[in-house]
Amino acid sequence: MSPLLTTRGLSKQYGGLRAVDGVDFSVQRGEVRAVIGPNGAGKTTFVSLICGRILPSAGTIQFDGRDITTLPAHRRVRLGIAYTFQITSVFANLSVFDNVALPVQRTLSDGRSRAHLHEAAMEALSHVGLTDRADMRAGALSYGHQRLLEVAMGLALKPRLLILDEPTQGLSDGEIENFIGLVKDISRSATVLLIEHNMPVVMALADRITVLEGGRILAEGTPEEIRSDSRVQHAYLGTPA
Amino acid sequence: MAKADGVLAWPLHLAVLAVLLALNFVLPDYHHGIMARILVLAVFASGYNLLFGYAGLLSLGHALFFAAGLYGAGLSMTYLGAGPIGGFASGLIAGAIISLMVGLLALRTSGVAFMIVTMMFAQAAYLTILYFNAWTGGDQGLVLQQAARVIELGGIRIDLTDPETRYLTAWGLFAVTVVLMLVIARSRFGRVLVAIRENEERTRMLGFDAFANKLAATVISGTMAAAAGAAYAILFGYVGSTFASVQYSILPLLWVLLGGGATVLGALLGTVLMYYLVDGSSDVLQAWLPAWKLSHLGVVGVALILLVLFFPKGILGTVRERWARALP
Repeated sequence: MSPLLTTRGLSKQYGGLRAVDGVDFSVQRGEVRAVIGPNGAGKTTFVSLICGRILPSAGTIQFDGRDITTLPAHRRVRLGIAYTFQITSVFANLSVFDNVALPVQRTLSDGRSRAHLHEAAMEALSHVGLTDRADMRAGALSYGHQRLLEVAMGLALKPRLLILDEPTQGLSDGEIENFIGLVKDISRSATVLLIEHNMPVVMALADRITVLEGGRILAEGTPEEIRSDSRVQHAYLGTPA
Repeated sequence: MAKADGVLAWPLHLAVLAVLLALNFVLPDYHHGIMARILVLAVFASGYNLLFGYAGLLSLGHALFFAAGLYGAGLSMTYLGAGPIGGFASGLIAGAIISLMVGLLALRTSGVAFMIVTMMFAQAAYLTILYFNAWTGGDQGLVLQQAARVIELGGIRIDLTDPETRYLTAWGLFAVTVVLMLVIARSRFGRVLVAIRENEERTRMLGFDAFANKLAATVISGTMAAAAGAAYAILFGYVGSTFASVQYSILPLLWVLLGGGATVLGALLGTVLMYYLVDGSSDVLQAWLPAWKLSHLGVVGVALILLVLFFPKGILGTVRERWARALP
């Protein structure tokens, strides 16, 4: 089967800096792919190119066999690419309910689902266990709950590709435990692209791992292959290659 | 918006409309005339509120849209022999077209640039009105004759210059506006506008076309302002360039700030209070401190400073925050 997402020679140049440099990358349907790499490796820039928050300097992106390189971000979302923000950016002044009602009404307008708005939004909240907080102001939620709401918003978009940008950052160990369960659950219905620093989380979730360094792919493989790859160890730990 | 909110919103707003209707029969002549004017201006404020309060776009050019309605009605009635209905329709069409054009260009900017661009368009229109003074009457304006302000439909004669008819017409327009605003505020479209105001980037990443939604808000807002302008011309019989000046871009902003942005009734409350504050303070200053020659503008200024210091969200915005979270 053809990959869900393919990039060819994908590059983003900021002045003299090549944040993403000629990346050939593909993700199969149904897989959980982790993208890891040292700080400044270009991970967030890379996924921002995929979801359309920024446009590439060169290269192409194909999603489900369709060239989406120049498609505006909101149109990509309608094709099924959802992005959850690294820095939590729920609508703090809106109710928790309204935060998920927005993505739900998007899928309803697109005809990608046919539920009643209220029920569908409550279902998205129940998925992350926030049902009883629906009427709260989102900004009043604890940090961990805001991260869960962020994921619920991504899920409510009924994505085919869900991009999670450092989702466990700032969560407690207990919360991370729940989060791993949640992503496993999500991966049954969607392909997941996960940017993550927390190695135990990556090892627990990823089918395959892509390592970025200096805007390029340094290595790619199963968690075991990556763990034993000397170049990766060098990039992370500075041991001689 | 949770489900429980819906229960009280409609009765509350319909009750306010009923009170305004009842005022027609009890107000003394002077205040009856003022309230008719305020109801029309509150439609203007409501249109402004849609763009500023809900969508978070601060326009300094709404005088242009008000004037589009005012002159759309006034010119077509003066030169093309249009009746009040034709004049009102011309005003609406002029407002819709002009707000669409301004929106297409101005929405390419945001923040301070948006304020400047909208103000620039409005000033250009103001100067254009003065330039074509042979047609527009310039700053003298045009007076619409009483005979032109009468609707005759199959034997029914509605004289819009009659104070009672005028009040009821203004009330009708305002009632339609309140219903429209309530529907929009509680609709999916309204929710997207608020989301854009709160975080445009996030809204885009939820699959919404921010530009298209902002453009729709601009056109609806501009057309509402034009409806107020057209009604003003028809009901009060005067079309003048003052209404296209920058003052009439600032006023709706002040009314909405005072009443409370993103509240349906805030537009009315702000307009009423500001109108009477200006009116009352002129009298008081003249009666008590005639030698000082103080302007009512000073009083308005002090009121605004107090407002911003103590009620930055306006009166109804504060009420909503403290006591009635569900107020639309």
